[in-house]
Amino acid sequence: MSGTILPPKSDINWQQVASPQLYASKSSNNTFGEIAQETLALTKRLFIQLQRRPSTLFAGIIQPVMWLVLFGALFQNAPKGIFGSTTNYGQFLAAGIIVFSAFAGALNAGLPVMFDREFGFLNRLLVAPLASRFSIVFASAIFIISQSLLQTAVIIGAASFLGAGLPNAAGLSAIVLIVFALALGVTALSLGLAFTLPGHIELIAVIFVSTLPMLFASTALAPLSFMPTWLQTIATLNPLSYAIEPIRYLYTHSNWGLNSVVMQSFWGDVTFGGALLVLVGFAVVALLSIQPRLRRTLS
Amino acid sequence: MAPAVSIQNLKKRYGATEAVKDVTIEVQSGEIFGLLGPNGAGKTTTLRILCTLTAPDAGKVEVSGISVVENPKAARQRLGYVAQEAAPDKMLTGRELLELLAALYHLPAAVTKQRIDTVLTLLGLQEYADKKTGTYSGGIRKRLDLAAGLLHAPDVLVLDEPTVGLDIESRFIVWEFLRKLREAGTTVLITSHYLEEIDALADRVAIIDRGVVIAQGTPSELKDKIGGDRITLRIREFSPQEEAEKAKNLLKSLPFVQNVIINSAQGNSLNLVVTPQNDTLITIQQALNNAGLPMFGIAQSRPSLDDVYLAATGSTLMDAELAAAANRDPKAEKKQNMR
Repeated sequence: MSGTILPPKSDINWQQVASPQLYASKSSNNTFGEIAQETLALTKRLFIQLQRRPSTLFAGIIQPVMWLVLFGALFQNAPKGIFGSTTNYGQFLAAGIIVFSAFAGALNAGLPVMFDREFGFLNRLLVAPLASRFSIVFASAIFIISQSLLQTAVIIGAASFLGAGLPNAAGLSAIVLIVFALALGVTALSLGLAFTLPGHIELIAVIFVSTLPMLFASTALAPLSFMPTWLQTIATLNPLSYAIEPIRYLYTHSNWGLNSVVMQSFWGDVTFGGALLVLVGFAVVALLSIQPRLRRTLS
Repeated sequence: MAPAVSIQNLKKRYGATEAVKDVTIEVQSGEIFGLLGPNGAGKTTTLRILCTLTAPDAGKVEVSGISVVENPKAARQRLGYVAQEAAPDKMLTGRELLELLAALYHLPAAVTKQRIDTVLTLLGLQEYADKKTGTYSGGIRKRLDLAAGLLHAPDVLVLDEPTVGLDIESRFIVWEFLRKLREAGTTVLITSHYLEEIDALADRVAIIDRGVVIAQGTPSELKDKIGGDRITLRIREFSPQEEAEKAKNLLKSLPFVQNVIINSAQGNSLNLVVTPQNDTLITIQQALNNAGLPMFGIAQSRPSLDDVYLAATGSTLMDAELAAAANRDPKAEKKQNMR
């Protein structure tokens, strides 16, 4: 091994090295400031990783664009009007791809945390006097949501280039809100899994088996009216549909409001505002449901 | 003044395994305290509880008078933990890792840079500081771990088997470093299953076996307590069993010989415990000569910490180590260490 440890230099002020309580006695009343400091540092770490290993980001951007181009071309010649009022499958599909990309990205949020657990890096964080260990969770959420929003911007741009049009400012804000709520909820669930499952193999297996069913049992690729009743029932219970339908409505209607009916479920009409409430509710429920697990691991 | 570390009647169970049955140790401020024992004796579990990574089932654990269970955040501030194996995040440079940890320890921004430079210099890491840790060799990684452990100037530096896997030279340098740290006033708590390491470094030692502290004191106190000198005698380079038995019976009858064991792992050499006196070696040689037995080699020594361990448990540390290795369950260990 070339790992020779050089003798410490003699000009070192050893007294300076070990001055116990130099920092320990620092009063720490500013809990909020400390949480911000921790979260910022942990988030920075994730962005440094991304910057030096950008392949996941590239894949995350190229993949949805490929979906849009290839899958869009697949149904290019479908009879007009078959996908609801829109005449353009690309326009129809954009909403599905935006939401699915955000979902798939957020579902992977737990992987880095799982690797930190497996490699012992998490222990390094946990022996530090964190003001709140939830800083670790906040940092992951900030990182993943930033990535999702970047993906969303690229897909909106690509869809517009392919002729799907561009929603107005209010529409774009609504898309940001929808992606944010969905990514937050799914990130929470993924982190919950990362702290529960025994290893990354199991986590990848869960991600693997849940991705495509969630896609097909939603309105991402085809409208509810295409589906048999049983699948319609499932699709109207799938949170992805509540993210897809309002975005799709934005793309296909210049006049939209919180009262616009975006989905006709088996129990009744779902309005734009109703779908937003469902998504926010989903995020809140997801965050609350992982609390006991996080508390057990992190406190 | 409260002791640097006080652990009383600590207990921890993982399922059916009692990892720590009853551990009581007190580490005085400014000393190097060694926790010696074979793998699986409960050393790492004890350290993990001390460093707030694992909750104890019972017992009192304090750092500088602060309970790690009741006030974990304040305790973490006082502790620096150098785990046996911890990934440094290979995408970060050494400096970036230290910057991250400085933020997690809430060092004021004004002192962070200077403090990082101090620990980097201290461990001779300047030329590696801006390289990714993924490129580091084992020795450099361990140095970075030590730097990270010292970053916030803890009262107590806790090291779990710090020299496992290091080459001899690196090991000596880590030892030298820890001695200097002690001189500067930092308390050091170290675990090891290397006898020489504890013998060379520790001011005081606790020997731990199967979750229980079986002896505690300064190394020379422990050796004096079991008493007697040790003699290793080889009749031949590899002695036949009967010849070794014959010599054993012969030597047992000598007045100063307390005990004789045939060590089959060492070519049937004889391990004697004798009452120290001047002419032991000559008397043994004459006795063998009179009985017509040859002598290949003989060496006399003071008892070692291994003898202390042997006297307390009935097996040598090496044997215990081998037995523990055979019974290890890497999967269960990994699970215990994962959070």
